[in-house]
Amino acid sequence: MALTLYEKIFNRHVVKKLDDSYLIYIDRHLIHEVTSPQAFDGIRLNNRKIWRTDSIVAVPDHNVPTLDRKKGIQDPISKIQVDTLDSNCAEFGLNQFKMNDIRQGIVHVIGPEQGLTLPGMTIVCGDSHTSTHGAFGALAMGIGTSEVEHVLATQCLIVKKLKTLQINVYGKTQNYITAKDIALAVIGHIGTAGGTGFAIEFTGEAITDLSMEGRMTLCNMAIEAGARAGMIAVDDTTIGYLEDRPYAPQGKMWEAAVSDWRLLVSDKGAIFDKVVNIDATMIEPQVTWGTSPEMVSSVLGFIPDPESQLGSKKTGYKQALEYMNLKPKMSISDIPIDRVFIGSCTNSRIEDLRNAAKIVQSKKVSKSIKQAMVVPGSGLVKMQAEKEGLDQIFIEAGFEWREPGCSMCLAMNADRLEAGEHCASTSNRNFEGRQGQGGRTHLVSPEMAAAAAIYGKFVDIRNL
Amino acid sequence: MEKYTKNSGIVIPLDRANVDTDAIIPKQFLKSVKKTGFGKNLFDEWRYLDHGEPDQAESSRQINPDFVLNQSCYKDATILLTRENFGCGSSREHAPWAILDYGIRTILAPSFADIFYGNCFKNGILPILISDELTQIFFDKSQNKKVLRLEIDLENQKIIDGINEYHFEIDEFKKHCLLEGLDDIGMTLQNAKDIELFETNYKQKFPWLTKE
Repeated sequence: MALTLYEKIFNRHVVKKLDDSYLIYIDRHLIHEVTSPQAFDGIRLNNRKIWRTDSIVAVPDHNVPTLDRKKGIQDPISKIQVDTLDSNCAEFGLNQFKMNDIRQGIVHVIGPEQGLTLPGMTIVCGDSHTSTHGAFGALAMGIGTSEVEHVLATQCLIVKKLKTLQINVYGKTQNYITAKDIALAVIGHIGTAGGTGFAIEFTGEAITDLSMEGRMTLCNMAIEAGARAGMIAVDDTTIGYLEDRPYAPQGKMWEAAVSDWRLLVSDKGAIFDKVVNIDATMIEPQVTWGTSPEMVSSVLGFIPDPESQLGSKKTGYKQALEYMNLKPKMSISDIPIDRVFIGSCTNSRIEDLRNAAKIVQSKKVSKSIKQAMVVPGSGLVKMQAEKEGLDQIFIEAGFEWREPGCSMCLAMNADRLEAGEHCASTSNRNFEGRQGQGGRTHLVSPEMAAAAAIYGKFVDIRNL
Repeated sequence: MEKYTKNSGIVIPLDRANVDTDAIIPKQFLKSVKKTGFGKNLFDEWRYLDHGEPDQAESSRQINPDFVLNQSCYKDATILLTRENFGCGSSREHAPWAILDYGIRTILAPSFADIFYGNCFKNGILPILISDELTQIFFDKSQNKKVLRLEIDLENQKIIDGINEYHFEIDEFKKHCLLEGLDDIGMTLQNAKDIELFETNYKQKFPWLTKE
């Protein structure tokens, strides 16, 4: 029988069928400081053991400062959380990349970077953006803290089989159209609940054309379409990226692995529960104008009129425009911008920084911008960027060049928006208050964010 | 986990779609390493006019009188009624912890986000999927300071409003766990032999995935 990629990976991991659920085996468990302390407490309280410590890698990312890291964490409550991760990892003997380790970074950046993320794996993390790792032909899902505890104790999860949704992005994208624009266009098309209950597989020429960095950006945003998992079939790009990564198999084992990974594609004739086709040639640079990632427009577009919507959508649009302090029918290029943030698990990898730097090179951040910052996804991304001189391009233009972490994507550390400020951000969520209470987020690609910093407004980067 | 059998109480009508977990419990409160104490910060940015920080006394906060949770008629409510895609966004289990800590045991909505939906069951909260029509009926009966009381009977899968009874669907396993207050880790560990056996075969088949 012809199987989808999701079904192939799922079937490999079924330990047991339980009524209408399945007990599935988990290969890789990534852990960060925010969603794990209560899970470790549960393990201790019930006198349980961790089933397989070598499946776990931990890293602090949400609470870490991006400035003056040598001084340590100033916020005492943030410090307790990071210290708690340290002590839990020490107590249970877990591999951790600590805050001052060069390999430290955002969990969804370091997993692939270290080769901890491999095709065919089931990967979980107490973080919804775990969908990122599906870019490698893996089944990667965000879980809550109870499930973190469940995986620690049993190496398994109790799950229902997801339905499968193929999003076929056919044709080639125009120049300067990035994975972020594809992601936002898809969410604009199917909505933030369009993927609920599904595992999404992205297919089509525009997808296979993407680098691994681009594929990670796209799968990262699958959760913003409501899908717990996003995935892309294995090909030469996947295998090329993984070769010689520290935790990837080596030598004969590598060859055996690669020949298995080649099977990790949906079979010809495999049937998806749902198929959505999107014409890549029509995708324009995307900018969100509201408080949900589905409230998105082309940079050439206008803010919609809530009165032309029905039911709860009408209310939602009204609430969003009130919060964002924007008017119906206003041009996207007229949205004021106060700050620019380039970073997050969506867009902080080396390719993102290279592409943003190309836009910024030999230019200056607009006087109307209060702050523009670049937060690399990991210590190694930062080091590579510095080797290529990207840091200097950003600094000379007037950007701040920071230490790696989640930073202003969710403002758990000191990096945040003030109430009322608009931010051009390469992150993943434009929810109310996400980047700081009262802050107003506009999601864009790294290139669009860089251009917004230079021109002080959203511009069509295809015309630069 | 506390058992869930029946829940009778007042309904809080939160008339918003796509309520995300950042709104349910903002990030500054995720720094706690405990599971309790989040209730006073449930919907913090809507519920208060000032900016909230952890460990702040509730009495010092500036209440937003327009927000539904602050209206006296909905005080002590145990059921939340809301619109589609409730609980979208971050996987933070602090969201159901805050809801439970506030005293809500049942959420009624036409749809929920996947991760949040699963997280509720792990904490003794029953999220019930209801039709768009029934959602509207309940909103009509509870808005503008009207008070709707419902009784939720999990065993018989019924929502009772005093006159009418409405049937709801729920996964049998999840229902069983809620009714008995069961910890599913204990149940999974009853399959420890199966997991070990699986692991042995799996290591042989995919040796590059497990380090010896």
